[in-house]
Amino acid sequence: MRDFYGITLDIPLMLGTAQYPSPAVMESAFRQSGASVATVSLRREGGQGQGFWDIIRGLGVHILPNTAGCYSAREAITTAHMARELFDTNWIKLEVIGHADTLQPDPFGLLEATEALAADGFDVFPYTTEDQVLAARLLDAGAKVLMPWGAPIGSGLGLNNRYGLKTLRAAFPDVPMVIDAGLGLPSHAADALEMGFDAVLLNTAVAQAGDPVAMARGFALAVQAGALARQADPMAPRDMAVPSTPVVGKAWL
Amino acid sequence: MTDVTIIGAGVAGLCAAFTLCKAGLKVRLIDRNGAPGPHGCSWWAGGMLAPFCEGAVAEPAVVAHGQTAVPFWAGVTDVTYRGSLVIALQRDRGELDRFARRTAGHCKVDDIAALEPDLAQHKNALFFEDEAHLDPRNALSDLVAALAGRGVHIEQAEVRPDNLDGPVIDTRGMAANLSGLRGVRGEMVVLRAPDITLSRPVRLLHPRHPLYIVPRAGGVFMLGATQLESSERRGISARAVLELLSAAYALDPRFAEAELLETGADLRPAYPDNLPRVTVRGRVLHLNGLFRHGYLLAPALAAQAADYLTKGIKGDLVHED
Repeated sequence: MRDFYGITLDIPLMLGTAQYPSPAVMESAFRQSGASVATVSLRREGGQGQGFWDIIRGLGVHILPNTAGCYSAREAITTAHMARELFDTNWIKLEVIGHADTLQPDPFGLLEATEALAADGFDVFPYTTEDQVLAARLLDAGAKVLMPWGAPIGSGLGLNNRYGLKTLRAAFPDVPMVIDAGLGLPSHAADALEMGFDAVLLNTAVAQAGDPVAMARGFALAVQAGALARQADPMAPRDMAVPSTPVVGKAWL
Repeated sequence: MTDVTIIGAGVAGLCAAFTLCKAGLKVRLIDRNGAPGPHGCSWWAGGMLAPFCEGAVAEPAVVAHGQTAVPFWAGVTDVTYRGSLVIALQRDRGELDRFARRTAGHCKVDDIAALEPDLAQHKNALFFEDEAHLDPRNALSDLVAALAGRGVHIEQAEVRPDNLDGPVIDTRGMAANLSGLRGVRGEMVVLRAPDITLSRPVRLLHPRHPLYIVPRAGGVFMLGATQLESSERRGISARAVLELLSAAYALDPRFAEAELLETGADLRPAYPDNLPRVTVRGRVLHLNGLFRHGYLLAPALAAQAADYLTKGIKGDLVHED
């Protein structure tokens, strides 16, 4: 089992902590799903989110601070340092956003920030595209985990580029990888685990569901199903329903 | 002889004072800043009495108790009873279907122009007929006047519940510093746009920048509000202004020509379930945690405090410590 900077997860599900109807609902979503990592943003809270962060600490799960909302390497690095102080962790989910509308990663800023933070002792979880060349550069820069996107943040589209993700997975078989962003349904999460990814990270799909607690449970079951399926070595798909010889005129009983 | 002393003259304290007065109790009302003003978060509210819309996200208790707000306020101040409108831009119309599934008391609007001629360019809307709105600052001063009419005047003094005798109702919000209470930052903007006419609050559903606009007298509009898990006390951020104004511009481009009158930022006191509470600690009742539902739920919270004090009834918002 691939680990995340020395940590293995019982349930390979990481949940964001934004957009829930209330912190109480968020807490039940964590408890009912068994999600073992909580991501938390601090860019817009101005270092004053104490009340809310105390609730997150109280969840008793691993905290993965993120640099959501940062548009440059410099901003992300500053936020990472603030996060390290606030949460007493070297973990940082590194987001450097390149485009305000699609929220897609800025590969250049991401690489720059990864280099700087890894050199500074951070355990970097870079939020990246499925680009293989970029992945190699991020690993060279010191990242030991990759977080390729499924689809743009908050879009709920699932795995947008299955070919690209499969290739990425195959190219770096030993690197722990988390599908981050764009998942809308548990089936997307199961799909990711079946493809060999090690965990998924999501927020909107759970927090904005009509019943976030039930949806969190749904995702927890899905990632476990996907992980089991992967271990069980699935059958190869076949085009069984397409006959290779015509059946007209033949007895079929 | 005072029956109960209330600390805090924001919307929670004033509603409690008025409700207890009407129940026949002799009330004393104390606030360290005197009369309501920019020092309290009640000053910065939108003033929507929209329990059904809030039900899209809030607990069912908010929908249920929120329906007592209109009758309460109608007895005190001018309430505009014209419903509320929820609009989605064309590319977000899926949000409107979801909002409709999660709320009650609405109908789909086929002809927006018939309700709000200035929003005729929009195609996707829901109408919540049984909702209302008020001007929060007028409501506060009308409550102050109503209390004065009953002989209750706000005393300006810094006091704590421990230093007072007899039953105390503490409505100091964040200043009460209660465990479990956190600040949720909100930011708002006030504009004057005489060219635009809206007769009811309008909510714009947007996945990133949800907005509501509440019309006030004289072509004035209140735009709100951000919701950040932060206790940061400083003026509105440039980003919040950008987001609020951009959303308003998307609703009606003429908002770009509006006069920017005022910005505001303050903290909403909230408990983890985002529901208000009457917390009973001996002779002190803490009324707090109104979150974004000050005007909507303060009447119900006051009623439960009064029922507890006068009849020993323990309502669903009452928590005995």
